[in-house]
Amino acid sequence: MKTNSKLLSAPYTVWMTLFIILPMLLVAWFAFTDRSGAFTLDNILSVGQYSNVFLRSIWLGAVATAVSLILGYPMAYIIAKLPAKRQSVMVMLVMLPMWMNFLLRTYAWMTLLEDNGLINAALAALGLPRAHMINTAGAVVLGMVYNYIPYMILPLYSVLTKIDPSVIEAAQDLGANDKKVFLKVVVPMSMPGVISGITMVFVPAVSTFIISKMLGGGGNLLIGDLIDMQFLGSAYNPNLGSAISLVLMVIILICMGIMNQFDEDGSSQEGGLML
Amino acid sequence: MKKAAARLYTFLMFLFLYAPILVLIVFSFNDTETASRTVWSGFSLKWYQKLFEDRLILEALRNTLIIAVAAAAASTVLGTMAAIGINSMKRLPKRVMMNITNFPMVNPEIVTGVSMMLLFVFAVGLFGGRSLGMASITAAHITFCLPYVILQVLPKLRQMDESLFEAAQDLGCPPAKAFFKVVLPEIMPGVVTGMIMAFTLSIDDFVISYFTSGTTQTLPIYIYSMTRKRVSPEINALSTVLFAAVMALLIVVNVRTAKARGQAKEERR
Amino acid sequence: MNNTIISLKDIAVSYDGEPVLSGFNLEIRDGEFITLLGPSGCGKTTVLRTIGGFIKPDAGEVFFSGKNITALPPHKREVNTIFQKYALFPHLNVYDNIAFGMRLKGKSERQVKETVHEMLGMVNLSGYAHRGVSQLSGGQQQRVAMARALANEPKVLLLDEPLSALDLKLRKDMQVELKKIQQQTGITFVFVTHDQEEALSMSDRVVVMDGGVIQQTGSPTDIYNEPENAFVADFIGESNILDGLMLEDYSVKFAGHKFQCLDKGFGTNTPVDVVIRPEDIDVVQADSTHITGEVTGVTFKGVHYEIIVDVAGFKWMIQSTDYRAVGDRIGLSLTPDDIHVMSKSAYSGRFGDYSTFSDEMEEDMAATEEAIESGEGQADENQL
Repeated sequence: MKTNSKLLSAPYTVWMTLFIILPMLLVAWFAFTDRSGAFTLDNILSVGQYSNVFLRSIWLGAVATAVSLILGYPMAYIIAKLPAKRQSVMVMLVMLPMWMNFLLRTYAWMTLLEDNGLINAALAALGLPRAHMINTAGAVVLGMVYNYIPYMILPLYSVLTKIDPSVIEAAQDLGANDKKVFLKVVVPMSMPGVISGITMVFVPAVSTFIISKMLGGGGNLLIGDLIDMQFLGSAYNPNLGSAISLVLMVIILICMGIMNQFDEDGSSQEGGLML
Repeated sequence: MKKAAARLYTFLMFLFLYAPILVLIVFSFNDTETASRTVWSGFSLKWYQKLFEDRLILEALRNTLIIAVAAAAASTVLGTMAAIGINSMKRLPKRVMMNITNFPMVNPEIVTGVSMMLLFVFAVGLFGGRSLGMASITAAHITFCLPYVILQVLPKLRQMDESLFEAAQDLGCPPAKAFFKVVLPEIMPGVVTGMIMAFTLSIDDFVISYFTSGTTQTLPIYIYSMTRKRVSPEINALSTVLFAAVMALLIVVNVRTAKARGQAKEERR
Repeated sequence: MNNTIISLKDIAVSYDGEPVLSGFNLEIRDGEFITLLGPSGCGKTTVLRTIGGFIKPDAGEVFFSGKNITALPPHKREVNTIFQKYALFPHLNVYDNIAFGMRLKGKSERQVKETVHEMLGMVNLSGYAHRGVSQLSGGQQQRVAMARALANEPKVLLLDEPLSALDLKLRKDMQVELKKIQQQTGITFVFVTHDQEEALSMSDRVVVMDGGVIQQTGSPTDIYNEPENAFVADFIGESNILDGLMLEDYSVKFAGHKFQCLDKGFGTNTPVDVVIRPEDIDVVQADSTHITGEVTGVTFKGVHYEIIVDVAGFKWMIQSTDYRAVGDRIGLSLTPDDIHVMSKSAYSGRFGDYSTFSDEMEEDMAATEEAIESGEGQADENQL
């Protein structure tokens, strides 16, 4: 399987160059040119106007990631401790909602969160005051958590099940009770999964535009909304859109770089994608 | 005590995950003229009727399926070939290829979508003609499916005993034939999983299709336009049908794997 | 002078509905190096894990220095375990692994540092304190596991086949090291292995087990020289196990000859099992005063020749520095000392002769013979 099989990947290389590398270069080109094609830094500089949008996106994305981690870790842990047969069923049940269309699921939250929606109807029936939930930052975070928490649970579960049971026994043998075993052995050993999970939630959360549109109303614009507007929306300006996209990519690369500092042996890349 | 807490937590989590879906399903049967999403007026199947009569939906569905099949087929073949090639590369080129492969997965979808839109629109500038349509969507889908296929096939290649391929040749089999008779069957689970993943990713894709479709409608794009207009419970009916289809598919898959597992256990005895 | 430190009383354990141990009793003395020896599945690891607390017995009790610890969880027992695959914490370096137990107990960092370096010295790994565990070889990992357990100052150390993953020469070195450490520290070692040579070379006492039942307990020399039944005789070293008849005290008949022996107490004209070690047999001229047979196989082993002799259909094995060719007729010479008599047991007749060494081969050969006789072994002409 030596010399000639390397050529088998040639078509793939060509494809990727054409459809990944070339487009990215185009984005960069558009970002640094204006409508007439002349080089300019204006686009990049005017991205600064939208710094509040960037901050909001990063903030909401970070909050959603943190909430997903806090809520997702116990779930992953519970599933990992189940008997083996039940585990695959449970994992499937966690995955199942993701097979429903993303838009429809987000749409469904509108039904629940609206001012005259189901949750408020239930509150009213119980005699409790109504809550204004739709079109708030909170609703956007909720939408993010809802859509992406399976991407947090799966890598965590994957890593937790791979922990060698004799290491747990060794810790007990050396005098650790259940709490200490969890804090001093399980948590540190699950770090690659945590990092995978954080990456797989933060990236889509920070760059979404549908969730912010449907659950956030107009007042919670995120980076994704901005980009959408520049390419397919009213304010048609592909150059500015490209510039914003470029900045978004850089931000994400920086965040991933920071994350990789915590993952010295590269193990998160293997433990992560259990799709 | 701990078990009770675990059960409660699991229940709450599943409530959270499934509540919106249940709401959608229940209200798809809502008998109402005012298309209210929240007030129940009785049981009816009329939204399902309207759904199946909706030409646009059926066309969108047709487009979606054509694209998904084409994208799955192309990315599976291309991706499997690529995985074999990558597997026999030396360290440095392998790393480069893996980085290229991983890139679309860590890149936000919106940036990938936007970049492809630029590509196709730009290509119009050079070659003229229709730029965005079924072809551009399919090409885009193939592109984001490829990494997933490769990531499913590559581990199977690595796990496979290298000496199987050599044993076949040792027994007189030419390399190409040896591949089809020995390697392919071994990596088939990975290839099949990759193909299924590509198919589902393609069917469900919204963001990238949104930017590369022009006027063509895929199902997710059509759904998006429906949600913008806040139209009828037809959407609920659509959700329910999709959910039922997915459930059925998963049940079938699970029954088959459980059967296979049971058979394997019997043979071992 | 009986300082029993661990006592197992009537322990019953089952796995998946199958009983592994039942009515199991064992007393372990303080400061001894005791080995549980037996084939896989005999229950030796189960006994170890029951002592460690990782298995709760279905019945019976475990005592530690007189106290009933049956209900005590592992982290509260004063025993430490060396796991078969070492179970080092991959996210900690060597120093932190060894310090783990001490830090749980709340010892000061100064004490920890002192003990860690002392332990590293004891296992000959000084200077490795800040290495990552994945960078260590198997033998080094094993020694770190030792250091980690010993740093906890346990009264009893449980070792679950700790040397099985090491290669031969390293294993021999580690056997010496372990014995040294045990004698130095005076800690009770409970060692589990399926390698009888290992058991004989390291232990003060050996407990031979099969099918969850103790077959014999004794010092290595006792187990080797005076096995109590055919299982022990077959499991330990090589042995020719023959059907015999105990005529009276000190006199036994087998292989068609009458012999003087050193055993008594079996009654008169009692069927017995007779054990003769291959290295005890002298090769002499074939004549009527000796057992005679024809040589069917000779293998050069370096240290000696392994000669298979067919004596009236039963194949013996002799280990001798004298060479004999295949086909030679030879005589076997035995002194009374070489003959060891055992009572018949459930194991009698189970171990056959030296036509094969392993059970698997023996079964497959027997099955093949049967198949050929009944005509199944013939190739089907239609299939060709």
